[in-house]
Amino acid sequence: MSEDRIRGAELAEAAVAGDRRALAKLLTAVENRTAIAEAAVRRLYPRAGSAHLVGITGAPGAGKSTLVAALIAEARLAGRTVAVVAVDPSSPITGGALLGDRVRMQAYATDDGVFIRSMASRGHAGGLAATSTSAATVLDAAGFDLVLLETVGTGQSEVEVAAAADTTVVLEAPDMGDEVQAIKAGLLEVADIVVVNKGDRPGAQRTAAQLRAMLTVTQAPRRAVGLQGEGDGHPLPKRPEVLITTASTGEGVPALLAALDRHRAAGRDGLVDAARLARAEAQVWAIVSERLRGRFHGGAARPATESTLRAVAEHRLDPYTAADRLLASLVDTRTSA
Amino acid sequence: MTDRPIKVLIAKPGLDGHDRGAKVLARGLRDEGFEVVYTGLRQTPEMIVTAALQEDVDVVGLSILSGAHMTLLPRVTRLLRERGLDDVLVTAGGIIPDEDVPALQAAGVAAIFGPGTTIAEVAEYIRSHVRPTGA
Repeated sequence: MSEDRIRGAELAEAAVAGDRRALAKLLTAVENRTAIAEAAVRRLYPRAGSAHLVGITGAPGAGKSTLVAALIAEARLAGRTVAVVAVDPSSPITGGALLGDRVRMQAYATDDGVFIRSMASRGHAGGLAATSTSAATVLDAAGFDLVLLETVGTGQSEVEVAAAADTTVVLEAPDMGDEVQAIKAGLLEVADIVVVNKGDRPGAQRTAAQLRAMLTVTQAPRRAVGLQGEGDGHPLPKRPEVLITTASTGEGVPALLAALDRHRAAGRDGLVDAARLARAEAQVWAIVSERLRGRFHGGAARPATESTLRAVAEHRLDPYTAADRLLASLVDTRTSA
Repeated sequence: MTDRPIKVLIAKPGLDGHDRGAKVLARGLRDEGFEVVYTGLRQTPEMIVTAALQEDVDVVGLSILSGAHMTLLPRVTRLLRERGLDDVLVTAGGIIPDEDVPALQAAGVAAIFGPGTTIAEVAEYIRSHVRPTGA
């Protein structure tokens, strides 16, 4: 354990000092959720928080990777360093994955101010990998100005990226659906900025106009998902800007970068940066739930946990009572220890 | 944790545009349970090695049909060594004459898979020659 702590500290310090190989190794440890990664993230977390974390999400083929490449180009022109975490799905059958997002970004591969990492989702639903937020923390601490989180191609409800990022960009392609699609719940609700990509295609202007009309008929500015809003306890809907880009030519991308900056500045001025609170909540609860599971399945508690689960499987016990019992046993063992 | 999938970079160095083989292999290795990073066509050795470093891959698989293998493949292996990636397994596939194989192996290309090699053979070779790194 202490060996892992030393190795974690070494990798963390080397990564912060600019050693790209150490950074890559550390990201592997994070993906594999090792003790080394935990030690490193504990050490790096206080040093993270200054990067702008931007989530890029949207349907497969909307142009996420191409837009990320265009954003890299624009941010580099502005003198900023950029890290990318690009997530693609793992096969539920074999566990394998084809990570193809780099194809569009390889032009920047040898720029020292750019670091691109592909991640397989490894069975995690929601559009990211379970470890994407920790990976972003590491890249943030390593000093990148802009950290882009590209999700897997999403459907309507993979909204996890909204909690992982400071600013969430939802990509739409022209004529992807009618107006009713735009007023359904889900992905568009978590957008801070909506981008209609492939702006050179017919229908782009119309799609953008429809989205503007549907997304701006909402109430006042608001807060992020997962949190209680002020006042009546409900977060108010967002009123995202709607932009048009043609990522393949770079058209509209400077305006997008400016919109990202505006959104971030607005968040900083606010009393609470709701997205960051939502992220803190998601991270801490994920660890609590993982550790609780470890407690119930590890060592002495294991037989009791298994017999409780079996009782539920055989319908001798209902799941609520089972959960209460498990939680009560946790309190008992703590007080008696 | 210990059964981390093996991570493989499939890259096409040089100027030939024939990526069907690379794509079929990338897809096939995915089905064999590997995490495969595909970087696309017309990659310089520098681009390939930087991608291998950033992605922390266990294997670099190079597909080349242009005839420039005697120039490009040793450049990739040399750059990998220079950047501290000497523990990465390097394999190659494509059109590579038998008489070039010894020189390429001496340059650090561990295995060369010619036409007719099955995906299962490639997968088996990788599994038996890679020691996946934990961190």
